[in-house]
Amino acid sequence: MASKVEGWKDEVYGEEVRDHLFRFAEEGWSAIPDEEHDAWFERFKWWGLYHQRKGQESYFMMRVGTPNGRMTPEQLRVVGEIARDYATGPVDNPEFGDAYCDWTTRQSIQMHWIQLQDVPEIFEKLEAHGLSTIQACGDSWRNIVGSPMAGRDADEHIDAWPVIKELNETFKGNDDHSNLPRKWKVAVTGDTRGSGQAEINDLGFEPATKDGRKGFNVTVGGGLSRKEPRFARDIDVFVTPDTLPDVAGGLSALFRDNGDRDDRFNARIKFLVDEWGTEKLRRVLQEEYVDFELPSAGENLREGYTYNSGRSDETGDYVGVHDQVDGQNFVGLSVLVGRMGAEDVIELADLAEKYGSELVGLTQRQNIVVADIADEDLDEFLAEDLLEHYSPDPHPFMRGSIACTGTEYCSLSIVETKNRMVRYARWLKNNVELPEGLTDFHIHLSGCTASCAQPQIADISLRGMKTRKDGEPVEAFDIGLGGGLGENPQFADWVEMRVAADEVPGYIENLLGIYEERRDEGESFREFIARHTDDELNGLAEPEETSYEDPYLGNTKLTWYPYADDSDMDAAPTPADD
Amino acid sequence: MTTSVHQLDDGAWLSVNDSREVNVSDLWWLARQDFCDCEMADFLAEGFVEIGVDHPDVEGRVAGQCIACGESGVTDWVTLGRVVDPDEGEFYAVDPTSVHVPERRRRLARPAES
Repeated sequence: MASKVEGWKDEVYGEEVRDHLFRFAEEGWSAIPDEEHDAWFERFKWWGLYHQRKGQESYFMMRVGTPNGRMTPEQLRVVGEIARDYATGPVDNPEFGDAYCDWTTRQSIQMHWIQLQDVPEIFEKLEAHGLSTIQACGDSWRNIVGSPMAGRDADEHIDAWPVIKELNETFKGNDDHSNLPRKWKVAVTGDTRGSGQAEINDLGFEPATKDGRKGFNVTVGGGLSRKEPRFARDIDVFVTPDTLPDVAGGLSALFRDNGDRDDRFNARIKFLVDEWGTEKLRRVLQEEYVDFELPSAGENLREGYTYNSGRSDETGDYVGVHDQVDGQNFVGLSVLVGRMGAEDVIELADLAEKYGSELVGLTQRQNIVVADIADEDLDEFLAEDLLEHYSPDPHPFMRGSIACTGTEYCSLSIVETKNRMVRYARWLKNNVELPEGLTDFHIHLSGCTASCAQPQIADISLRGMKTRKDGEPVEAFDIGLGGGLGENPQFADWVEMRVAADEVPGYIENLLGIYEERRDEGESFREFIARHTDDELNGLAEPEETSYEDPYLGNTKLTWYPYADDSDMDAAPTPADD
Repeated sequence: MTTSVHQLDDGAWLSVNDSREVNVSDLWWLARQDFCDCEMADFLAEGFVEIGVDHPDVEGRVAGQCIACGESGVTDWVTLGRVVDPDEGEFYAVDPTSVHVPERRRRLARPAES
């Protein structure tokens, strides 16, 4: 029996949802019939609107999908202005103030507290500047990820941007691919860093060479969610930019026709690859979905990957000053946990324009890159006040920390995330001496098993949990070690379970002390972890209370907004949804 | 009227008549349970896997783990609340902090609506 969501999608889904959305916007929140709330909220996702959690009724998270995270400075300013004008909630966030944008781990933009009546105006403003929320959420082609600096990065195998643009234009608003069994995440990377993180996407295209031709190898069925992490599987297919769209469309159609529509928990293509295996998948693709012979895979470039790779010799994360192919520079700025104040976004857009930049890009590490800075302007740009906060040369604990949305807005999360990660990073920076030579250290903090902060592929993996301390429930984390991508991708081993949140910084301090003491010469943190067995890692370091204070530790009760003076559900300034 | 029940947003909520009523991330005490070896499981609810109605109870099978012993998996059917009068549709949630007894149901309990 098809799931309930499939029933709702059969009635109305895809492009046509927009007309209904605009009607509700005109008539107001109460025009959505009470008994149709769940169906409409599911459908609104297709247009990038996600109804916020209980206690925040009538407010929406809006996601804007920017392929490869790329925007012009003008588009960035528009995003900042929308955040400033429409994304201000009833109460300030204590770390980030009143209006902000979140740069996501899939190079998209999220804004909160959006109200239905403002949606048409926001869409008009976005679309007038070539931006859109289309398919940013929901069961279809999501934002395509890859190198934000494609075509400019001097460390590039092939410029993938033209074919990414083609995919975006072909598969956004395409009726044949608008209603898939589940989300469809695509990565296309032409750089030599491995920045697309194709390994954790439903469909990945990674740089390769075959018979002297440059192109891509194809992988299928990656993903991290629900304690069922999978690396994408190699289906032994090579494509060129000319054939890539046909293979991408063929695989999307194969998923549309064969994915599980009865059980949403089994719907992602990673489970179909588990069931079929790669040989059958390739055979069905060849026989039923493409009309040319699929070449076998080419020679990949994985050995040189540096992005989130845990290497001690190179960090491929775009932060800092880097050469462009045209002799100019791109400058990657660290945005701690990806959250940037709306006024800062506008200021950065102005700065980018002032220095003649035609491109800014978001990375999957939640940072932002400004391209096209000329050599002669570089010193002046780097001396701008804004770059003191969003640094091109950040402390490793600031540089490597990413976090998902968390209980502030997300129903699935078990713990506070972004504000806590900010406090962790600050405490670590101020209190923990870095082992010599450690320039890159990744802490990924995710509120639950949905894994939006990609916790399984970090040096320190944190996954939201609860435990009891002195009998009282407190927020906690499972701690994993040794994850990362690069030449040999590895998921973290979960080695310390249910560690109270206020003991995590002490654990990291203790672990880094052990690393410094016992590491071999030149050994990266990831290599150090990799040479230990699971048994050795369990208990390698002890969790410990320190001077770190965690104001969110006891936030185990549902509030309408955790930072309100009166945070009780009864105090929510929103219409009840029942 | 019929009572509409389903899990919502990837299992984050039990929705009753299009109202989000019971959320994940709470701790539930489970007694007389097969989930783990603890006398009482101190169970962290991480996702609603299946929802059913055994009038007047609304029940669910919940994914999560016992934070005392670390066992993880999916519970038997746990009563999440009641709709006493289907015509009125009012849902009365149970209190997660009290003690709950999961049951193995003998009949298929997957009606989307009842």
